[in-house]
Amino acid sequence: MTVAAHGDRAREERAGFVPRVLAVPAVIGLALLILPLGALVLRVEWSTLWTDVTSPEALSALGLSLVTGAVATAVCVVLGVPLALLIARSTVRTAAVLRALVTVPLVLPPMVGGVAMLFLFGRTSWLGGVLAEWGIRIPFTTTAVVLAQSFVALPFLVLALEGSLRATGTGYEQAAAGLGAGRWRILARVTLPLAAPGLVAGIVLCFARAIGEFGATALFAGNAPGVTQTMPLAIYTAFNGAGVTQGTAVALSLLLLVTAVGVLLLVRAWRAEAPR
Amino acid sequence: MSPTPDGEGQAAVPAAGGLDARVRVHRGGFALDAALQVPAGEVVALMGPSGAGKSTLLGVLAGMTGFDEGHVRLHGRTLDERAPGASRGRRTPPSSRGVVLLGQDPRLFPHLSARDNVAFGLHVHGATKSAATAGAVEWLRRVGLEDLGGRRPAQLSGGQQQRVALARALATQPAALLLDEPLTSLDTETAGDVRALLHQQLAATRTTAVVATHDAVDAVALASRLVVLEDGRVTQTGPVRDVLATPATRFAAAVAGLNRVVGTTDASSKNWLGPGAVTWRSGGLELPGPEGVRPGTSSWAAVFRPGDVRIVDGSPHGAGEWTARIVRLEQTPAGVRVRTADPDVAVDVAAERAARFAARETITLRLDPADVRFVAAGGDVLIDSPGDANPPLPPG
Repeated sequence: MTVAAHGDRAREERAGFVPRVLAVPAVIGLALLILPLGALVLRVEWSTLWTDVTSPEALSALGLSLVTGAVATAVCVVLGVPLALLIARSTVRTAAVLRALVTVPLVLPPMVGGVAMLFLFGRTSWLGGVLAEWGIRIPFTTTAVVLAQSFVALPFLVLALEGSLRATGTGYEQAAAGLGAGRWRILARVTLPLAAPGLVAGIVLCFARAIGEFGATALFAGNAPGVTQTMPLAIYTAFNGAGVTQGTAVALSLLLLVTAVGVLLLVRAWRAEAPR
Repeated sequence: MSPTPDGEGQAAVPAAGGLDARVRVHRGGFALDAALQVPAGEVVALMGPSGAGKSTLLGVLAGMTGFDEGHVRLHGRTLDERAPGASRGRRTPPSSRGVVLLGQDPRLFPHLSARDNVAFGLHVHGATKSAATAGAVEWLRRVGLEDLGGRRPAQLSGGQQQRVALARALATQPAALLLDEPLTSLDTETAGDVRALLHQQLAATRTTAVVATHDAVDAVALASRLVVLEDGRVTQTGPVRDVLATPATRFAAAVAGLNRVVGTTDASSKNWLGPGAVTWRSGGLELPGPEGVRPGTSSWAAVFRPGDVRIVDGSPHGAGEWTARIVRLEQTPAGVRVRTADPDVAVDVAAERAARFAARETITLRLDPADVRFVAAGGDVLIDSPGDANPPLPPG
């Protein structure tokens, strides 16, 4: 009885004092997100689904998406964690400027990013010229896919982790330093573990964005099967009917959807085990 | 293991041992200009009103806060040094000072168990994983938490968290331990327990320590010496009980729970003192002056307990009686404290007697001159000035 009473109180406290009528737009918002996916599932041709998703083209696109998405996420972690630390530990003014710079790729249409990267790494640019002299060509390669994905995904990781780092503050780092810990040990044993929720959220968002990336990849990396044709590009190609049916496109979309949900569930399970 | 008797003359600490700091910090309108000496293995209490600069000073000692001029030396090693006007100086980072700062918030790492929190410091100092864990278990036993090593900080009470933080700090055998109001956020009983533990462990480990506190009880229980810091300056230092018995400032008197009334000495006009005697006067209060003092030479403060003042009937007559106006009545656990003006004197009376009085009323007070101690009140005069390290401040 005591337990029940406690449970009720906990639920009441959790509910707070949000106006009840807000439930209406909340449900509409949820419907906006879920209904299109439902419509997609309704169009699946179950008879040909298995052959569609196991076709060499589909598996090649899925494999390329997972590999490039994973590599892009790794790139984002290596570059984004230091960038998030830099922003979180700078003055309010500097942090505001840096945060604005990081946010720009978020508000830009990814296609614009693709064009911009083409201008930077293309043969006509200074950088592209230098790279070409060394025999390195980036546009329309798998490397370009990773670069394009990193470009659009990096802000998600940086912003999520930076918020977490800033909220934790430097008090625990000071305590660790007082106990004699050096900077690397503090980073590994105190700062990053404390920011783990932000880091995990950032990695999930980053990977999800990388897998779904289309616009920048299309312009900067192209649509070569097995080299730069990731799942979104394969789906786009399928919808345009170049050699395959629309059913294939729907099947591929379902495959991407299932993959994304699978990754999310995996991370959730891992976080549930982790201490909080 | 009581601290060595600490005479007035030997206050200056030899540079070889202990903590020796002299720093100036300017931050906007605030200026800290203070010297602090802690003999090796001893505990010094640091008291002062809020905003006096206690935390700033501890931050400087811990290496978290920079300063504009001065030095910090610890056991013969110069940690920081900066010459006047120099754009930069020597500064030792917090991680290589051997100074642990323990504040009101114990700052236990929330993602580690109590045991791993203590082991963290040991591991940093080169212990293997198993040795660090064994050391942590032993330290948790010493602070009475042997059964709770597996818990996370969030699963511990405030007092238990402070115990773990103390174990974590002492386990690293710090060259100096700085405690910034470590008991403030604890309830009275828990604070008493942790205070006793602190005293016991600081004495057992002979740790050189500074305790900033608002509570005279902490100073008496933990420290051998007391430093009073007011408005960024040291106003009094000395053995704890000496400072509390002869407070040099209103703040120190308030901490000690004493009345401190500044007055002037004068040739007596009262026949009850006899010819040639000197009286001390402040507002309506007149007392036989301090012995051997010539009239008008300096100002003196009369120090006496609120409980030694009596409320009497009738008009004032004779030694130590005066008319006072009640400013307000303050309820205290023991009764009522009556605040009077001109001079500002607090009088403690039993609750049932206080019902007779009201604010703005006029009463007659009596104070036995035998209950009064006179303290030189030269304004900025330092009692027990620690030699050259802290020269008397210029007048004005």
